[in-house]
Amino acid sequence: MSTISVQDHGVHHHDGHGHDDHGHHHDTFLTKYIFSQDHKMIAKQFLITGITMAVIAMILSILFRIQLAYPDKAFPLMETLLGRFAPNGRLDPGFFLSLVTIHGTIMVFFVLTAGLSGTFSNLLIPLQVGARDMASPFMNMLSYWFFFLASVIMLASFFIEKGPASGGWTIYPPLSALPKAMKGSDLGMTLWLISMVFFIASSLLGGINYVSTILNMRTKGMDLWKMPLTIWAFFLTAILGVLAFPVLVAGVVLLIFDRSFGTSFYLSEIVLNGKVMPFEGGSPILFQHLFWFLGHPEVYIVIMPALGISSEIIATNSRKPIFGYHAMVYSLIGITVLSFIVWGHHMFVTGMNPFLGGVFMITTLIIAVPSAVKTFNYLATLWRGNIRFTPAMLFAIGLVSFFISGGLTGIFLGNAALDINLHDTYFVVAHFHLVMGSAAIFGMLAGVYHWFPRMFGKMMDDRLGYLHFWLTFIGAYLVFFPMHFMGLDGVPRRYYAFTEFESMSRWLSVNTFITWAAIMSALAQVAFLFNFIYSIFFGKKAPMNPWNSNTMEWTAPVEHLHGNWPGEIPTVYRWPYDYSKPGAEEDFIPQTVPLSETMSSNQEHDFEDNEIGLEAHKQWIAANRKNEEVK
Amino acid sequence: MAFKNLINSKKLTVLFATLLLGGNQLLMAAAAPAATTEVSEEAQAAMWTGVGYYVLMFLLVCVGVAIVGRIVKVYDLTNQLQGKTATNWNNIMAIGFAVFLVIGMFGAFWSFIVQGSMNLPESASVHGVKTDNMFNITFGITVIVFIITQILLFGFSYFYRGRKDRRAYFYPHNNTIEKVWTIIPAIVLTVLVVFGFFTWRTITNSVDVKGDINIDVTGHQFAWELRYPGADQKLGKKHYKLVGGSNNLGVDFKDKNSFDDMRADTLVIPVGRTIRLNIIAQDVIHSVYMPHFRLQINAVPGLPTYFKFEPTITTAQMKAKTNDAKFEYLLYCSKICGDGHYNMKKIVKVVTPTEYNNWLLQQKPYLNDALKSELKVAGILPNDGAANQVALNN
Repeated sequence: MSTISVQDHGVHHHDGHGHDDHGHHHDTFLTKYIFSQDHKMIAKQFLITGITMAVIAMILSILFRIQLAYPDKAFPLMETLLGRFAPNGRLDPGFFLSLVTIHGTIMVFFVLTAGLSGTFSNLLIPLQVGARDMASPFMNMLSYWFFFLASVIMLASFFIEKGPASGGWTIYPPLSALPKAMKGSDLGMTLWLISMVFFIASSLLGGINYVSTILNMRTKGMDLWKMPLTIWAFFLTAILGVLAFPVLVAGVVLLIFDRSFGTSFYLSEIVLNGKVMPFEGGSPILFQHLFWFLGHPEVYIVIMPALGISSEIIATNSRKPIFGYHAMVYSLIGITVLSFIVWGHHMFVTGMNPFLGGVFMITTLIIAVPSAVKTFNYLATLWRGNIRFTPAMLFAIGLVSFFISGGLTGIFLGNAALDINLHDTYFVVAHFHLVMGSAAIFGMLAGVYHWFPRMFGKMMDDRLGYLHFWLTFIGAYLVFFPMHFMGLDGVPRRYYAFTEFESMSRWLSVNTFITWAAIMSALAQVAFLFNFIYSIFFGKKAPMNPWNSNTMEWTAPVEHLHGNWPGEIPTVYRWPYDYSKPGAEEDFIPQTVPLSETMSSNQEHDFEDNEIGLEAHKQWIAANRKNEEVK
Repeated sequence: MAFKNLINSKKLTVLFATLLLGGNQLLMAAAAPAATTEVSEEAQAAMWTGVGYYVLMFLLVCVGVAIVGRIVKVYDLTNQLQGKTATNWNNIMAIGFAVFLVIGMFGAFWSFIVQGSMNLPESASVHGVKTDNMFNITFGITVIVFIITQILLFGFSYFYRGRKDRRAYFYPHNNTIEKVWTIIPAIVLTVLVVFGFFTWRTITNSVDVKGDINIDVTGHQFAWELRYPGADQKLGKKHYKLVGGSNNLGVDFKDKNSFDDMRADTLVIPVGRTIRLNIIAQDVIHSVYMPHFRLQINAVPGLPTYFKFEPTITTAQMKAKTNDAKFEYLLYCSKICGDGHYNMKKIVKVVTPTEYNNWLLQQKPYLNDALKSELKVAGILPNDGAANQVALNN
């Protein structure tokens, strides 16, 4: 019902008054900026909350990096800032684990799931498929506010006495289930669990909305095979989320029961501090199965939108159609399906039946095939292109580089035999920070640079973007590349200090180097934040289609209106990648241009299942040939 | 409009200010108990000077960047005024990628040589040799792919940088090429899967590995406990409900096999014999990680796990091989288990069988005097002799 009313509102409204009349919305501050139901505003809300959370999580990472680089040094400033969490200027070991845990949680869920999917699905789905808004704008609004609430609860845990959750972002019980096992497993863990329940609610509300909008509200002519790859990626991501997140709710709720109501779903035969506990019959491995049943699809929820965004940006800025559009879609579908049957590769050494480990190893290495296809297709798209290096393009190329580097180390970790010695070492840290951390963040940044004109009607400064890219790109490699070798030497992750092990102390100089590289990359983000905020207010006014792009969002006016297009929604006639088509005047043909207007560039391939069109095309060619002969 | 109204609203400003102040006070209150270690004002002042110094440095860098930015812009504009072409950022970025490729490849190579040589020494177990072979095969394949794809990525970026007078080549798809680069990775991965699968099966499916020596490894926050079988070569049963007093592993003394079990501080194992580690945790999940033996398995409460392996190189031999007199094999925890996770290690000593037998003779029995008397009180062990009774009566 709400869909219809919004559409009616939009159409009626703009027909009646024209879109330059600003007083007409009767929007109060509350309905325009806070409880907005407009997908473009909700996208901005997600983006700005996501960026804020990213900055917070980045600062947390710098704090624990300082501890790793200078394990014996006191920093009085830390005590001033963190109080009891850093007595005498040195991080408390428990708080170190809290930092690691919350850094991971915020980055994976709040930044790269909500910040990435939330922002770009909301912004682009209606604009690229040609809809006036989401299927349910109200659910969309709820989705943001659940997310906001989850963020607040997660951050609030820093202000309670015992500090935030500290069992790692994977919160394996019994560590997370026994409030006495560590400080962070007390109230902090309760807040973590509550926060995640709200987060999952937000994610589901969003995901259902994305799926139904894409399936039901595409404009005339926009069949599935004419959708940009961004939409395909968001669509499949949303499906993954809708199917996988509920399993985490189940896992989390059972954990809440174990913690608070004395059940034993995950607990059995426990003796804590010499005291025998009454739990019997549960299995800690059960939680790991439930967690990774979400957790593994989750890493694809993180990376797929980034891949979709980069497909779009690489095609646009290479001025070339994306190579193998169908293969790109099928590999996304392949990844989506396979990602549900690979979760066990996180559990090779947990005591799970080794035969099962072998099966998961096979499925895991199969999923590398579609990922490889995607990489090769990106390379083929760049080949013989006419590449325009906008900051967005730089970040998209950086994404591909990270995706290759991090993806290849996945072949080591996916191999159960090798995982025995690499599990829970820095090799794993290096692997996932490259392939899903850096790559997905680069996808997000690429998206921000590319669609900033669409979001705010202003342009960002290119040269600051260049500076931002190079510092971040080089910094990320300097941080994560050496970590592989620490892992190969058997240095475990989540260690507060390596001072207790003589064999690990030789890595101290590397740790110091990594920390300074991390600080450099973190400071480079100031260039981005300044550029972002400054450009919102004082940036150059954006033209309607600044990148000469084909997709539909650039046919909507720069000034935002509720309903996106004044008058009728444009019809779509072609796929979104007609760049540099031979015979065309310009090097791009927007999706909304009918084939009848581009007779000189049409190819037979454009008229599949279109007899009449093909006939017209042949006639035109014949006529043209005659003309040439006459000449 | 609405935004302006909000900014102008005094009520909201006041509310915001109160919140800020209140928030600050809360924070301060939280920090107060920790600050009992009275930091002198001078130290505080020195600290803030230090902080100020770094902030100032950063601001200077920012100003520097801004000035350079301006200069570049002015230079650009004057060039344009004089009719020359503007700075071609597109070319600069393309050259940047080419330079990055060269320096990056060099850096990666340097890393492989220098940091790669800080890798673990050769495997000290039989199965570990297979793991290392598997690793080397995988490494060879992935490094080739890594180098080729990165060269293509940055090379294409450089060679196909945009020019006004050129047009990209319209090339939407080629089914043959796509099939080729689907099938080749599929074949390579199949090879890796098959090799990996068999390596994994030989390591984990260790039914025919005898397990000559059974050793109990129990993890708890934040230490490992070791229990060796006595002359009977059999470990006594244990049950978590029996944990208490001196019996911190919960050994069941109704089982006669447990009478001669021994405790040890170091995991000493003889070279060339098959070892079976029986692993369990008492409180939370820990992980037995012995990287020199390419061995890792989680210690899970309520779920006993095990790992069978055969050490091949004694500690003394490894000291000579690594040329490090201080070298020790280690067992440490690799699964986050609480505040002390980073300090949960046991030294592992691989010795010759004779040294092992001598060492075994010196170990203390698990059933020590304190435990004996506790068990007698509890009525689990029979009271023998009046002497004890007298002692108890006292």
